[in-house]
Amino acid sequence: MSSLQDRPLTGVIFEESAVLTVSDLSRMCAVEERHIVEYVEEGVLNVAEVSSSEWHFTGAALRRARLALRLERDLELNLAGVALALQLIEELERLRNELGRN
Amino acid sequence: MEFKDYYKVMGVARDATEAQIKQAYRKLARKYHPDVSKEKNAEAHFKEVGEAYEVLKSPEKRAAYDQLGQGHSPGENFRPPPDFGSGFEFSGAGGGDSSYSDFFDALFGGQARAGGSQPRGGFRPGRGEDHHAKVLLDLDASLRGGARTLTLRVPEIDAEGRLVSKERVLNVQVPKGILAGQNIRLAGQGAPAPGQGARAPDQGKPGDLFIEVEFQPHPLYRVDGRDLYLDLPVAPWEAALGASVKTPTPTGTVDLKIPPASHAGSKLRLKGRGIPASPAGDFYVVLQIALPPANDEQAKAAYAAMAQALPFNPRAGLGV
Repeated sequence: MSSLQDRPLTGVIFEESAVLTVSDLSRMCAVEERHIVEYVEEGVLNVAEVSSSEWHFTGAALRRARLALRLERDLELNLAGVALALQLIEELERLRNELGRN
Repeated sequence: MEFKDYYKVMGVARDATEAQIKQAYRKLARKYHPDVSKEKNAEAHFKEVGEAYEVLKSPEKRAAYDQLGQGHSPGENFRPPPDFGSGFEFSGAGGGDSSYSDFFDALFGGQARAGGSQPRGGFRPGRGEDHHAKVLLDLDASLRGGARTLTLRVPEIDAEGRLVSKERVLNVQVPKGILAGQNIRLAGQGAPAPGQGARAPDQGKPGDLFIEVEFQPHPLYRVDGRDLYLDLPVAPWEAALGASVKTPTPTGTVDLKIPPASHAGSKLRLKGRGIPASPAGDFYVVLQIALPPANDEQAKAAYAAMAQALPFNPRAGLGV
């Protein structure tokens, strides 16, 4: 256990500050760039902006990509299965919110 | 350490086929996967199942485990025999970022881990790995911002190349307006760079730490993205006639105007008084009609007078 520093560490809200490229996501998720491209093709990840022939993602794409990878590896799902699971998870989150639980 | 019965964990017979084991794993993984499951202790269950599958799906590990498993019962105090694993060659990657039990590590630890959870080569050489953690914060941390002491469990590779989970306490300034599911990125707080020899500019840089935020349930407010909801009880006459009532909001108590002819479920919006993100969320007040109890003669008389005065059929919409 490291000792507690005096001054609090300051960070930024990643989702609001980051603009990510395919290679950023590939590095941060430790997967091949091709895998990230497949996620886009399957609609798992949304491209926020296309500039000078490069795709840009918001920071929120990192969480989504990591979640997709966990589902893919742990549940041995294929891409279409991952896309469907993500869609249903989001729907469930929305409904749970509406119920005021969680 | 305790002996673990991996067959029992997976709910399969000792002579189960590979296909049966795979089928059992998939079923249990779907049931307990922390991202999809609302079961109690889903994460602990999922790790246990993952560990059992890691052993039983590999013919070498399974054979070694079977040889060992004769004459042990689950929970029994257990030491691996010194010749364990001789004659078997363990290969293949260890699991993802979950740490397995002492039992697993004692049997397969060193060998199975080698190469397992290391980042696959080719991604930004020389830079430390990013770390990810989740924390449960009080909503006030986002509403007002401020320093919080966070205790994180951080996976680390120990001297023997095994993945272990270490506790790390950090004092972190929570950015005001952060939303559930968003990450605080702390630059340079991830894993240190492998090998300290810095040659290229990007080499020798530590990774970043990503802290994903969730909120503890708030006693008054419900959170939906950047918006907050408050259920506000009002008296029937306040809803019917309109009133100005005291209402708690994140920025302090306000006098809220209830318009006349409001009903249960009416939503009043206080723009920009939700989570102070950019753009700021809204604060919604959802009216609930609270009935005064009719527990004395005076109250009963008042209800009776109302019944006399108002030709009101609350079931008109039901056709009765």
